[in-house]
Amino acid sequence: MTQFTSEAGTVSVAITGSGGAGAITAGTLLLEAAGKAGWYGLMTRTVGPQIRGGEAAALVRLARSPVAGHGDVFNILIALDWRNVERFVAEIPLGPNSLALADDDAGDVPGKIAASGALNLTAPFAKLADDIRGARPNIIALGTVAALVGLPIEAMVETVAATLIEKGVSLADCTQAIRAGFDIGVQLMASQGAAASFRVPEAAGAGALPDRWVITGNQAAGYGALKGGIRFAALYPITPATDLLEWVAPRFAAIGGVLCQAEDEIAAVQMAIGASYGGVPSLTTTSGPGLALKLESIGLAVAAEVPLVIFNVMRGGPSTGIPTKSEQTDLNIALYGLHGDAPHVVVAPLSVDDCVITTQWAVHLAEELQTAVFVLSDQLMAQAKAVISAPKEVDFGTKRLVPVEPKAGVYKRYALTGSGVSPMAIPGMPGGQYTADGLEHNERGTPSSQANDHHSQLDKRNDKLNNFDYGDIWADIEGDADAEIGIITWGSTSAPVREALARASASGIKTRLVAMRLLAPARPAQLAAALKGVKKLLVVEQSHSGQFIGYLRAQYDLPVTPESLRHPGPLAIRPSEVCEVLSRWS
Amino acid sequence: MDGCTPKLEAKHYKSDLTPIWCPGCGHFGIQAAVNRAFAELQLDPAKVVVVSGIGCSSRIPAYTTCYGFHGLHGRALPLAIGLKLARPDLTVLVAGGDGDGFSIGGNHFLHACRRNVDLTYVVMDNEVYGMTKGQPSPTTAPDWDSDLQPGGTGISAFRPLGVALQSGANFIARGFSGDLGGLTKLIVQGIKHPGFSFIHALSPCVTFRPEEKEWKTQTHASGEALTSDFQEASRRIAADDGLTTGPLYAADRKAYAPPVAPMRDTKTDLSHILAEFRI
Ligand SMILES: Cc1ncc(C[n+]2csc(CCOP(=O)(O)OP(=O)(O)O)c2C)c(N)n1
Ligand code: SF4
Ligand SMILES: [Mg+2]
Repeated sequence: MTQFTSEAGTVSVAITGSGGAGAITAGTLLLEAAGKAGWYGLMTRTVGPQIRGGEAAALVRLARSPVAGHGDVFNILIALDWRNVERFVAEIPLGPNSLALADDDAGDVPGKIAASGALNLTAPFAKLADDIRGARPNIIALGTVAALVGLPIEAMVETVAATLIEKGVSLADCTQAIRAGFDIGVQLMASQGAAASFRVPEAAGAGALPDRWVITGNQAAGYGALKGGIRFAALYPITPATDLLEWVAPRFAAIGGVLCQAEDEIAAVQMAIGASYGGVPSLTTTSGPGLALKLESIGLAVAAEVPLVIFNVMRGGPSTGIPTKSEQTDLNIALYGLHGDAPHVVVAPLSVDDCVITTQWAVHLAEELQTAVFVLSDQLMAQAKAVISAPKEVDFGTKRLVPVEPKAGVYKRYALTGSGVSPMAIPGMPGGQYTADGLEHNERGTPSSQANDHHSQLDKRNDKLNNFDYGDIWADIEGDADAEIGIITWGSTSAPVREALARASASGIKTRLVAMRLLAPARPAQLAAALKGVKKLLVVEQSHSGQFIGYLRAQYDLPVTPESLRHPGPLAIRPSEVCEVLSRWS
Repeated sequence: MDGCTPKLEAKHYKSDLTPIWCPGCGHFGIQAAVNRAFAELQLDPAKVVVVSGIGCSSRIPAYTTCYGFHGLHGRALPLAIGLKLARPDLTVLVAGGDGDGFSIGGNHFLHACRRNVDLTYVVMDNEVYGMTKGQPSPTTAPDWDSDLQPGGTGISAFRPLGVALQSGANFIARGFSGDLGGLTKLIVQGIKHPGFSFIHALSPCVTFRPEEKEWKTQTHASGEALTSDFQEASRRIAADDGLTTGPLYAADRKAYAPPVAPMRDTKTDLSHILAEFRI
């Protein structure tokens, strides 16, 4: 048995507090200060059921190199107060080496926190804040965190001041508040030694910093959509997807795009289909319940061959489920939800930064293949805010195939071509007039119930997806070419899996990772090639029923019967869970 | 059109497809009126899109020489709205049945009236589900006997004109498929009027509602001029027996248009957006 425990090079900080305590604000400022100091980081949030206010926790992980997911334990828990913390304490694992630092007046340490074995201490955040004009306990605590993790105080002051000065707080008071908290941290380190020191070591051989961005997954997806060419979007509001188009709306106004808030999800997807039929690359955003409503319409886009991107941010299901928390359980509906034989594309980003290219690619596939493309993001990455290295620029050369001078009476919208893609006339083109139809049709588009038309159009719609060269982007394949252990995963679960494999590699265990970006159409030959030589296989996903492993076993030729590592949301898969399997195997 | 282009006639908007409709179906009359209206306006068929849902009536797009979209049952309006917002340069006409527009698509009807995008919506109302062979629709009288609802539905009929008025339609009229000249005129007016124009077109289903052939004698012109007065329109709707034809109401609400039109050239420089993220 091999043990992997190291989370070297990172520090994880959770900040909790009841409504108005400013836990989320503090987490955001911590991430931004780290960015300013040249670090990387990731912040996710967990909130109670209240619409506004209510208890919340900011979960932040910082490092000197890019961070895509959370680790196994939180090193530092800052409790501005303990109220209702039990509602998400399961999402903030602490260990015997963790420090839980609460305000002096926070009261008794909740049982679960005490039971974790963490070092429990208190600090006078609120009392110090009382004595400094404009200061709040969360700001004092930020100073303390900066000291404990080794973040330069200047970066913290600069970040906090940028926010507070707008609210009328002076630079001197900001500096004093951060300094007061910082001093608490310095004293703690002096009195507690290693138990209160979480300094992140400098990256080895650090040269000039690359171009870095602060961005959320939904913003990254919005940016990717714009880069792909989306200029029309429609939605019915639903958490956790709405903020994507809230980000897009003002940018559309600047670059020439139209956003429509529809009366329901069906109207939203229909609007996108109408706009796309009119020649404008179009998208609709939603989450599980809304996706269910859109399915009939998505089938129309497949049958009528209208390019369409459906961006779905997964949350806990079924039904209204857990709207604010993550789960990878809309896979089945995206793969199998359409009635009839309706070949379509399903892709999924792997991390916050990957949302840019995967969404851009989704637009490319929709336009190129004239079909419906689902993008399955998830709440964890969609609403995470991260400091990332600027994603590399890619130009897919996206172009919808249109006819050249179509002739009335000759032009066939659904012509059978070698590739299966037929030139699509756009209203306004003389001679290209046709009626797009969801009824089965012949090459011209005229409704037909004849077997030969049905069969040839079914073949066409299937061939165009199967004959297409999706290129290397279909998956990230990493690790050792001669590894006998293979791991397949998707979506935001890729981050903890990657971290586990890095730990395994440090212990001399060879593994090969396939993190799939293209989920449909299935590419069995490519996966078989990627898993060549693998004798043990693990499939990792955040689902109760094992939707992903079920799909892989049904549609792919796996070299061996895979083992499943899975559990439902809202808990993310932790690197240690993967490590446990690997240590059992080695 | 300039002098060199030959004048388009109604027949130039009629495609070579033979409609699937039963002989005598009212939908033929509506098709003829739509084609005549297009000819009267000399619209370029390549710049017109006819959008529909599902039903006998909804087959109409492919019977024209224009662009068309024969989509899903009840969903023609939102598709047409997306199209018109994306392509304000096109003339978009939506057509379909009473089941399509008032039952499964009822919510979209309310919001299309409210949204007031520049569309013309012709509902070909035969007070029955023709395509699925004779079930009652929202406009069917409560005592109409059918296989599915023996003795009638017992539910009072939907009154489309009142709903359209209350929901904010910008132009409201009722025509009859048997009155080609009158209906053509209404469709022309509807297309010309900015915003959402609703034309309730009575269209007998000779197969499942043969008694509707009597509409020929029962329909009657209102004889009153178009009003822009909401109260007056409400009064006329309250007095309506469901068979009154003619223009009813025209408001002067500005058609909804998005603040900017979408760019179809999508090679826009996005570096200013990227700059927002940069540390
Ligand atoms: C989602 C869905 N539900 C039901 C149907 C079956 N269907 C087809 S047409 C129709 C009713 C058509 O009635 P109407 O819209 O009044 O048109 P008409 O045939 O009378 O012209 C129904 C219920 C369908 N095609 N799609
Ligand atoms: S069933 Fe009725 S509505 Fe349908 S085509 Fe025949 S007459 Fe017309
Ligand atoms: Mg009908």
